Amino acid sequence: MPETIPPDSVGLVEPETVHFDRPLRLSCGQTLNEYDLVIETYGELNTEKNNGVLICHALSGHHHAAGYHTMEDRKPGWWDNFIGPGKPLDTNHFFVVSLNNLGGCHGSTGPISINPQTGKLYGSDFPILTVEDWVESQARLADHLGIRQWAAVVGGSLGGMQTLYWSMAYPERLRHAVVIASAPKLSAQNIAFNEVARQAIRSDENFRDGQYLEEGTLPKSGLGLARMVGHITYLSDDAMGQKFGRELKSGEYSFDYGAQFQVESYLRYQGEHFSGSFDANTYLLMTRALDYFDPARKFNDDLAQALSPAKAHFLLVSFTTDWRFSPERSREITDALLKAGKQVSYMEVDAPQGHDAFLMNIPRYVNAISGYMKRVAVECKEAAV
Amino acid sequence: MSNRVDFAIISDWIDQGSRVLDLACGEGTLLADLGKNKQVRGYGLEINPQNIQNCIESGVNVLEQNIDQGLDNFGDQSFDTVVMTQALQALQFPHLALDEMLRVGRECIVTFPNFGHWRCRWYLATKGRMPVSKFMPYTWYDTPNIHFCTFKDFEDLCHQKKLKIINRMVTDSANRGGWRTRLLPNLMGEVAIYHLTRGE
Repeated sequence: MPETIPPDSVGLVEPETVHFDRPLRLSCGQTLNEYDLVIETYGELNTEKNNGVLICHALSGHHHAAGYHTMEDRKPGWWDNFIGPGKPLDTNHFFVVSLNNLGGCHGSTGPISINPQTGKLYGSDFPILTVEDWVESQARLADHLGIRQWAAVVGGSLGGMQTLYWSMAYPERLRHAVVIASAPKLSAQNIAFNEVARQAIRSDENFRDGQYLEEGTLPKSGLGLARMVGHITYLSDDAMGQKFGRELKSGEYSFDYGAQFQVESYLRYQGEHFSGSFDANTYLLMTRALDYFDPARKFNDDLAQALSPAKAHFLLVSFTTDWRFSPERSREITDALLKAGKQVSYMEVDAPQGHDAFLMNIPRYVNAISGYMKRVAVECKEAAV
Repeated sequence: MSNRVDFAIISDWIDQGSRVLDLACGEGTLLADLGKNKQVRGYGLEINPQNIQNCIESGVNVLEQNIDQGLDNFGDQSFDTVVMTQALQALQFPHLALDEMLRVGRECIVTFPNFGHWRCRWYLATKGRMPVSKFMPYTWYDTPNIHFCTFKDFEDLCHQKKLKIINRMVTDSANRGGWRTRLLPNLMGEVAIYHLTRGE
């Protein structure tokens, strides 16, 4: 809970729900006739409307990226380190837009919404979405906000995939693409981890084929397990070693299967906390969207070809100990951009935190995004004159 | 415009609007100049974090990549010119780097300090020790410059590799090539700038 709002915070913010009634045809063939997107915005859109920055969120992210909803909030938004006056995405210069993606469980239309056609909760009937669908819905959000072209689209991990797809699908609608700790597609190992997470959820007896809300149950242990597996892949071996080592809670082995090692109790806590605040169907859907993302697939696996329409300038950042989306994966994107002759910079930040590093205040990383975005801000001003 | 003498010469040798790869691009000064004055489209490779930050701040495309690990990610002849200023002597395998530069680029421009300069020779001859100077400030055990050569050595290598020297310049610290450096380059020149291509 903040006693007072820090001066570099966007302060108290309020989410806004935007309703869309133009049908959205999805990759899976189904159509959403109407839907809501819940968003937050920080800073002011200038009169030229050229200073918009879109934040694309990762697997378990949402619209609340910065600031506080109430003075009682325990923590600020998930990317508060980066968004605010004087921060890398400087709200003195940019109009920052953050949304909860379709299929999410934080206010945008998703499995926990009422299906207007049946009057019942969607549950597992909610269609499986793809990164392409998200970008399409985000483009309509941009239309709604009167933003013809984003100054930048920014995203980490799954958010980076959305950013990458923006550059291909709407080359004219963004000037910069900042792709952090991401990948051009999942590896077999990535998909394997997702499958374990999904099986954990689906085999929970309270899952009830996805209709758990209708039936008044919750697959909490399955979702908790899924989160535990996921969490392991977000941290590096070193980070875990440093944080927990082999430390025992009581100092002695107790010869049972309770949480004795600190790492066990940490993971259990993460799982429990998450399963109380996230929707299992959304988790399934998000992991599937990750699995399916592969923009080169339609181009004979030639990513450079897929990226050839892009016009944005790119900044790619990876982290040395990230093994979920390792530096090699960011280099694949970089190399494809080079081959396609695009404007691109790439940096590999030495950081012990693993994949989670993209959320953190790491000086070199913060400075790079900050330095890059300062130029973007200058461009906005120059274009406005 | 930067005031480095070698940059001014290199800039003269690079065509308007060409594609340039700058190996060990430092703070990106050369690429920034070339972008502004010659509408060059280019990338710099660099491994020093502060240099990378400076490139990003000045809008130069920079890739964090170690040249010693090769240029495999760049296609054959994908650049008009590959430039490397004052880094050849710090590479693990300068001769292989030269091959790579001319695989990736149609032409290359290399600059390096001359170990045959009279000051080096004088230092070694009179003191019997490895030269340390303003230009070579390191001691032998901590220097990043592990492959010093003289102009003659370098020309030998070009000859062996059948590389065609399109242009070459020798400068000293004071000017961009007075009569002394022209007359006795291997003795009087401090920095060599070679413009090479594959011999026909």
